[in-house]
Amino acid sequence: MLLRELELDLDAFEGPFDLLLTLVLREELEPADVDMAAIVVAFVERLLERDELDLEACGEFLVLISALLELKVRALFPEEEAELADLEPEEAAAELARRLAEYRRMKEAAIWLADRLVAEGDRFFRLGPAPLAPRSERRLAPQEPALLADALRALAVPPPQVSIAHMALRFPPVSQFLERFRAVLRRRTRFDFDTEVEGLSRVEQAVAFMALLELRKQGEIALAQAAPFAPIRVARAGQETVAEEERTTAWTARSA
Amino acid sequence: MDRPLRLISANPLDQLARTLEALLVVASQPLAVEELARAADDDAERVETALGLLGERYREGRSGIVLEKVAGGYAFRAAREAAEACSRLVEHPLERGLSQASLETLAIVAYLGPVSRPEIARIRGVAADSTVASLLERGLIGEAGRESGPGGAVRYRTTPLFERVFGLESAAALPRLDDLGADEAEIRDRLVSIAERRAG
Repeated sequence: MLLRELELDLDAFEGPFDLLLTLVLREELEPADVDMAAIVVAFVERLLERDELDLEACGEFLVLISALLELKVRALFPEEEAELADLEPEEAAAELARRLAEYRRMKEAAIWLADRLVAEGDRFFRLGPAPLAPRSERRLAPQEPALLADALRALAVPPPQVSIAHMALRFPPVSQFLERFRAVLRRRTRFDFDTEVEGLSRVEQAVAFMALLELRKQGEIALAQAAPFAPIRVARAGQETVAEEERTTAWTARSA
Repeated sequence: MDRPLRLISANPLDQLARTLEALLVVASQPLAVEELARAADDDAERVETALGLLGERYREGRSGIVLEKVAGGYAFRAAREAAEACSRLVEHPLERGLSQASLETLAIVAYLGPVSRPEIARIRGVAADSTVASLLERGLIGEAGRESGPGGAVRYRTTPLFERVFGLESAAALPRLDDLGADEAEIRDRLVSIAERRAG
């Protein structure tokens, strides 16, 4: 049988046609790498060597080579499959003609290049890596030393000191106010908190207030306030002389 | 008494011509007029005039060194009459063994470049990986960016070395594609006539 005897000598493969088919089907050989035209030429040459026309072998060969061609086309143009299928026969023929013409022109261009290579074969020239260009020098315009000194002087001025006072809050100790309030209450039975802390800083007033709460917690004093934001009245514990109406709205440590 | 060799006697461009001569000897690739003008620190127009004088001096039949306009610039090469002697001294490794496949791929890159491997494979009908790799190795083609979009394929174009090997003044010196091969209409007509014959 003609096909069994068909030996191939291609760029990508050398051996019997049957083995080529097997390798392609096992995906061990890319159909895209196989020159199909060379297979057809080899087959036709074998066919010519015989006197009789083996129609059966020809039929079989046509089926096999068509299948190979289809595999190759699918491998080469996977994404174009869909769009080409939508083409009308005439459009498909036009597209095919366009591609054939494109390839023909490239083949002709390759022939031109090959001829050119032969014609220019006697051109000899020096080859080498690109030379390193010298580093370009940056030239400065002539400078006045005095101007340069001025510029440096302007840069040499120390920058204004940035205040970081806000970062270190100085708290007077709570104990200081405890002693102070106790001393006041030793002299007087009661006093007005706002009057007592007047003139102190915000932080000192806050610490004083904490001292007040501390004294209340320890039961040393009693507190009363007539209304929210009204003056806080402080009295020695057990000696409250705060008015009755003040006591009902007394501000106590419970809400602190 | 030794006198300096005067190539172009009594010419005001004498000095510039000598400088250009030196630059072209030092360079390993063609130098454009602008490059020569920059290196010689002279005017481009004067450089071109001086190159004309050098071309007259270094031409086939008169000198073993020939000044040629190639690959968009000027370069010295050996005179053709010395080619045989040159071939005994150095090889032509670049163009030796350029297969038909390589030449076709080179033609596609030269005419359609920048062009990607998938495009080359589409036109030639076979995978182009090995031919592209061999042309890259020979320095006849080089990378020229990527196709747009994420993961775009690398595109290739021919190099100045390609133009030099093929003796082209520039890429524009390639023959027009219209002058090469059958045109589309002719192939289409042939396809249609085959189809009609089968239908009939």
